[in-house]
Amino acid sequence: MAGGAASGGNATSDAYAPARGWLLLPAWLVLGIVVLAPIGLMLIYSFLTKEFRGGVIWEFSLEAYDQFFFDRGLFGDESPTIQWAYIQIFWRSIWQATLATLLCLLIGFPTAYFIATRPANQRTIWVFLITIPYWVNLLIRTVSMRFILRDQGPLNDLLQWVGVISEPLTIINTNLGVQIGLFYSYLPFMVLPLYAAIERYNFSLSEAAADLYAPRHKILTRIVLPAVKPGVIAGCILVFVPSLGSFLAPDLLGGARNFMIGSLIDEQFRGSAGNWPFGAAASMILLTLVLLVLMVLARQQARLEKGAS
Amino acid sequence: MTDQRPIAIDIRKVIKRFGDFTALKEVSLGIRDNEFFTLLGPSGCGKTTLLRMIAGFEDVTAGAIYLYDQEIARLPPNKRPINTVFQNYALFPTMSVLENVGFGLEMQGKSRAEASRRAGEMLELVQLTQFAHRKPSQLSGGQQQRVALARALAPQPRVLLLDEPLSALDMKLRKSMQIELKHIQRETGITFIFVTHDQEEALTMSDRIAVMSAGEVQQLGTAREIYEHPRNMFVADFIGDTNLLEVAVDRIEAGRATCHLGGGHELTCDAVDGVGIGARVHLSVRPERLFLSAEPEEAESLRARVVENIFIGTDITTILDLDEGPRFQVRASNSDRGNRRVFEPGQSAFVNMERGSARLLVD
Repeated sequence: MAGGAASGGNATSDAYAPARGWLLLPAWLVLGIVVLAPIGLMLIYSFLTKEFRGGVIWEFSLEAYDQFFFDRGLFGDESPTIQWAYIQIFWRSIWQATLATLLCLLIGFPTAYFIATRPANQRTIWVFLITIPYWVNLLIRTVSMRFILRDQGPLNDLLQWVGVISEPLTIINTNLGVQIGLFYSYLPFMVLPLYAAIERYNFSLSEAAADLYAPRHKILTRIVLPAVKPGVIAGCILVFVPSLGSFLAPDLLGGARNFMIGSLIDEQFRGSAGNWPFGAAASMILLTLVLLVLMVLARQQARLEKGAS
Repeated sequence: MTDQRPIAIDIRKVIKRFGDFTALKEVSLGIRDNEFFTLLGPSGCGKTTLLRMIAGFEDVTAGAIYLYDQEIARLPPNKRPINTVFQNYALFPTMSVLENVGFGLEMQGKSRAEASRRAGEMLELVQLTQFAHRKPSQLSGGQQQRVALARALAPQPRVLLLDEPLSALDMKLRKSMQIELKHIQRETGITFIFVTHDQEEALTMSDRIAVMSAGEVQQLGTAREIYEHPRNMFVADFIGDTNLLEVAVDRIEAGRATCHLGGGHELTCDAVDGVGIGARVHLSVRPERLFLSAEPEEAESLRARVVENIFIGTDITTILDLDEGPRFQVRASNSDRGNRRVFEPGQSAFVNMERGSARLLVD
């Protein structure tokens, strides 16, 4: 009886064996069309020669990468020095994205904790409220933010009316403006995974720690944070990565002097500067950076899980 | 016999309300130093709420809790020298067994080395030394239970609270842990307050038991006191098996009450304050206090017909019907002597009752 069932099971999987390759086809198609092909295309473009006003000439060239890292003077005939302009843009992007991630964590953690500690029937309402802004297009929201933050906008009016400041603050076209935009855009990406992690947290662990003489801050650092660490890591990735490549907030709230990588790349493909190989090269460098960050985080996560099991 | 030991935990007129619901209705209890004290009751009786108030996880609505001479009801849990063994153990999953046990010591300000040394000693006490560097999830339920115990004992609390710590273990393990817990309590000399809904567990381990129901203490006493002399119907019914008979008090003479069982049957037992002639009350007789015979052998003896014998290993329970009267359970031990007292279904026999084994219950 048992033997019959087992051989029946084998027969079933054998019967599907020839089709198994075909059954994986949709997955490979999606992966290929959505992930591999575009990245491959960009990789190839980054090694081609630029055509004036967009497009490429199919001729191998390292010029895009060379232009990113080295300065050869206006006519390209001087001995190469390091091109700081683009590295600076990258540095600013990393710095802004890191700051936005920390800010989101700082505000997102108490928010997620608050939601997770509400009675079960109220939590869905709070989560829904957090996601409400996402029903509106990001462009619209960023433009609205520009309106709120501008020199004669509601925020400055309010601060002046309260009497905190006498002269309007200049927020638009500064790094602060970009930072506010990034923070606002990606905060829910921090709150939601944190909420999911804290909701699964066993709160009797906090009671046990308090019972064992732990003061509140020790309960947070020694018990709660280690337990919800996967949620913290997920939230940080979800905020850091899109912040790094973001171009709406830097464009609309930062202006020309506060350029980030996203805007730089955007300009190569859509703007008048039109240098496709250079845009592709910048994308590849950005991708490499992001993958490096993810790999470090993933390795740390794996070590964590290995320790827990 | 009065106990001279000081009171470790003094619960004075404590009330707890959750919104409209009153979980505890003015409970007063004195738990003595070095005592194995059990709060026993069905779920929802308020025993866990009381324990959580002693630990500091719930605030008191009214009343006071003293630890020796210190009022603690308003102290946060981390300021009370009281530790808890939680029902689900609540071991810290990211820490090793040794780190779990040393956590309380570390939080008390001991150095890591000192905490780890003491934790090692505690693991020896619960025989888990070889698992010191495992994570809690790599241990069995019984082992996790012992880690929880070691963790709670390590900071040498003045009082240890145990919230149904054995309920998740299988029967065999539970029995051996009961004995081990009792030993550890004697060895360490720490006052234990144990919460359980399992009356057998309570009877086995406790110096004294508070039987709770509906947010009140129904009876406080030693295991023998509450078993042999239940004060009311709830206690008689909750602790062990008993014959609960509805009776009418017919007459009271010289401290003895004669009661009608219905069907013309009568029983005489000790009169009780508050139960007068004509009262309709309940009478409790433990089945092991009754025995069967072919002819009457005691002053209190009733003729009945055997319905069924139930074999339960150590004992044989016989169910009998009195003619037009109530149903009785009689228990005989599974021994040669006991087996001579067993009658076949359909046979008639006399149910004999030793003097002093029936009790009238006030409510």
